[in-house]
Amino acid sequence: MSAHHEHHAADGHDADHDGGAPHSTLGGYATGFVLSVILTAIPFALVMGHVIADPAWASLALLSLAAVQIVVHMVYFLHMNARAEGGWSLLALLFTAALVVITLSGSLWVMYHMNHNMMPTMHQMHEMP
Amino acid sequence: MSDSIASTAGQLPLATAAAGHPSGGSVDRTRFHVLHHHPENGTLLGFWLYLMSDCLLFACLFAAYAVLGRNYAAGPTGAQLFNLPVVALNTTFLLLSSITYGFAMLESQRKRVGATLVWLAVTALFGAGFLTLELGEFAELIEKGAGPQRSAFLSSFFTLVGTHGLHVTFGMVWLFTLMVQLARHGLTAANRRRLMCLSMFWHFLDVVWIGVFTFVYLMGVLP
Repeated sequence: MSAHHEHHAADGHDADHDGGAPHSTLGGYATGFVLSVILTAIPFALVMGHVIADPAWASLALLSLAAVQIVVHMVYFLHMNARAEGGWSLLALLFTAALVVITLSGSLWVMYHMNHNMMPTMHQMHEMP
Repeated sequence: MSDSIASTAGQLPLATAAAGHPSGGSVDRTRFHVLHHHPENGTLLGFWLYLMSDCLLFACLFAAYAVLGRNYAAGPTGAQLFNLPVVALNTTFLLLSSITYGFAMLESQRKRVGATLVWLAVTALFGAGFLTLELGEFAELIEKGAGPQRSAFLSSFFTLVGTHGLHVTFGMVWLFTLMVQLARHGLTAANRRRLMCLSMFWHFLDVVWIGVFTFVYLMGVLP
């Protein structure tokens, strides 16, 4: 253990003992936690208190709050930034986000139109046995 | 022919000894580092890529729920089934377990094994609380006749939320394993790397849960 530390110190090219891992701070975790609590409490209050009557607007508000909270978790808990791993983490994240958006919106779009097109018309329903 | 086999067999143990014994003396370790000068953060980037692939798995389950989530088959709806105070408590447990894992990471940076273990144990408690509530909810739904076979809505619900719960379960197994390793070997470089990976896994599960409580529970009870 101590020999290993000396080796690292003697190595000289890496001051960070965790091998490039980000150093967490109490302030970072506290900020992230407080923001998360607020961003969790608001959507629950919105729904449980029936604050927004129109479900479409309520959904939009909930999804927006969730998106903000995901960013907060990424930044303060997962230490995501443009410098982590030389930018490769962020690149992988953005690529994944693009795939997630395509998967979700594509599924909804295709299935909505399929349901629409498969719905029998009045004329077809009369011909049914 | 037989000579070449014999010489290969003779060289193999030598090659293994030179490259593959990280637990050897410090001299071996130095040679290991000089011979293979790969970036030391490779594990973390690789684990991040695994998490991104896991993200795609959840995206597919979310997409299935988005498509099927309102197909009740004349069965119970989300508004009738979901107990939001319990979900709020569940969310609180997971959020608290995230911050306590953060405290464990801070203590591990200060090289305090005991405090790290205490915070990991607290994290495990919150994780266990989360799983208990979730399994209780599942049992209640199945008892009501609202099991996964009742409707497409419930099939997709159990698949999505169950997969997340399964991830938390394996996270707990990992957490206990890591606590044993920490208690035995202390904060070695390998154990700190494992702590980092589990930290990413645990926070990632919290991120997925944001999607679950928003998209499944809160939006599910909207008219």
